[in-house]
Amino acid sequence: MELNNLTISKLRQKLADGELTSVELTRACLERIAATNGKVNSFITVCEKAALAAAEAADQRIAAGDAAPLTGIPLAVKDIFNTLDVRTTCGSKILDNYVSPYDATVIAKLREQGAVIVGKLNMDEFAMGSSNENSAAGPVLNPWDLQRVPGGSSGGSAAAITAGQVPATLGTDTGGSIRQPAAHCGVVGLKPTYGRVSRFGVIAYASSLDQVGPLAGNVEDCALLLGAVAGYDPADSTSVDTPVPDYLTTLKEGVKGKKIGLPKEYFIEGLDPDVKKSVAAAIATYQQLGAEIVEVSLPHTDYAVACYYLIATAEASSNLARYDGVRFGVRKDAGEGLIGMYRQTRAAGFGDEVKRRIMLGTYALSSGYYDAYYLKAQKVRTLIREDFFAAFEQVDLLLTPVAPTPAFKIGEKVNDPLQMYLSDIFTIPVNLAGTCGISLPCGMNHEGLPIGLQLLGKPFAEAEILQAAWAFENATDWGGKFPEL
Amino acid sequence: MKISREEVEHVARLARLALEPTELDELTGQLDAILGYVDKLNELDTEDVEPTAHAVPMENAFREDQVQASIGIERALQNAPSTAGSCYQVPKVIE
Repeated sequence: MELNNLTISKLRQKLADGELTSVELTRACLERIAATNGKVNSFITVCEKAALAAAEAADQRIAAGDAAPLTGIPLAVKDIFNTLDVRTTCGSKILDNYVSPYDATVIAKLREQGAVIVGKLNMDEFAMGSSNENSAAGPVLNPWDLQRVPGGSSGGSAAAITAGQVPATLGTDTGGSIRQPAAHCGVVGLKPTYGRVSRFGVIAYASSLDQVGPLAGNVEDCALLLGAVAGYDPADSTSVDTPVPDYLTTLKEGVKGKKIGLPKEYFIEGLDPDVKKSVAAAIATYQQLGAEIVEVSLPHTDYAVACYYLIATAEASSNLARYDGVRFGVRKDAGEGLIGMYRQTRAAGFGDEVKRRIMLGTYALSSGYYDAYYLKAQKVRTLIREDFFAAFEQVDLLLTPVAPTPAFKIGEKVNDPLQMYLSDIFTIPVNLAGTCGISLPCGMNHEGLPIGLQLLGKPFAEAEILQAAWAFENATDWGGKFPEL
Repeated sequence: MKISREEVEHVARLARLALEPTELDELTGQLDAILGYVDKLNELDTEDVEPTAHAVPMENAFREDQVQASIGIERALQNAPSTAGSCYQVPKVIE
């Protein structure tokens, strides 16, 4: 069975018509994973038995006429989500043997719908990275070109869709970790507004920035999956109690009369010529579709990467203090007392990038440097937020590239952390502002690598960016392309 | 230099990381470069700007203080490297 061109809505129809059972579909996914995972390394854990059991239960539910939108649909999730009785490593050696004793809220929501969770996806360790090279399970390779990175940190979540292993996945986005891999792998990925989706049970990186979101082969599936996981959760006190709209009912309303802003700071020198060309063509498409294009300014854009790497690492240094070899995870103890055990456990369990960020964050929060670094960054964050709110007074949404270049080569940036950080320049600001963004395919470069288009929306305007993304997807041929593997 | 090797060593102690001498050398150079870069924030006058701690401004989230189901001792201990009865066990703290 070819899974690539089967959207969730088509699969639902086939399941409802009895043309296909969830067990058959799940088996097809498992076979595809077995055949391709050696090439792309997108899965860390495959849950074959549990998936087939869930598929059987889903078939019974469908037969009983009790199907929810995701009943019987195979999905996979980033290895950052606690998943009951499943190994959950977060891409780290320190959680090598950790088996979740509970479900994250988003996992529970998928299970309630009867979705079939086939496995856990590879990622940069603790979601820290832009290339998926920082995983204890080894790098994920981009299915479009196995010499290249899939993006990160949700690299497995994007590559699994491109490789035709599952139709949709969940990832997390702290500074672009859904949108950037979606762009590099030629799929659709959405970072919701902060507070839209529960973070309960999601292993924390930078708590004021982390947000869970869907990735899928097309905009409609992305909308469907967002609707399934969004909503207030009493277990996450930062989730926001506003109703979740039905993203599908408004999806096809078009962009006629919408004002789309082009932030001039995002169209800079050094932007890859193919990216520039594809985004320019996308702008022309929106004009043809009846949108009004306006230039706007987000004057503090140039400070976002510096601001992010102080705030995110400060929060990370605090969040990752919990990995101390006491309650869970791997312990290294050379008999040098409790503190010695902490130090050895953490030295052996964390990879280089995680250590680097813990060090930077610890420094930024340490006595004598707090005001100069952390507090300063929080103040700059205010300026960046205000830029977005001022722009959203003039326009309905913003249009930008996702990344300055298409997927880079494996190893190209590993020895230069700063260059790696700068590859997130267009995705980071919206995390600092807390609003929403979507990445969707808008072209191919001269080497056949996908290029991503980013649409940014007002707080809780996910329906609006999905609408604009759907309009583009349906007006062009860039969506739904998959490589031979 | 924005940061010295001695400071990096101090930060590693605060962060409870036992780092090898080669790691300390490498981190000193890398952190120095990153701190040099983030210095650009000082181009901005933020004297009268309020800091943002959170994307969504919110007050404390309170709920009723009610007894609810919890994960239970067995589940809570299932991943512990070392346990004693219903407790986590750690290396001796006091000599």
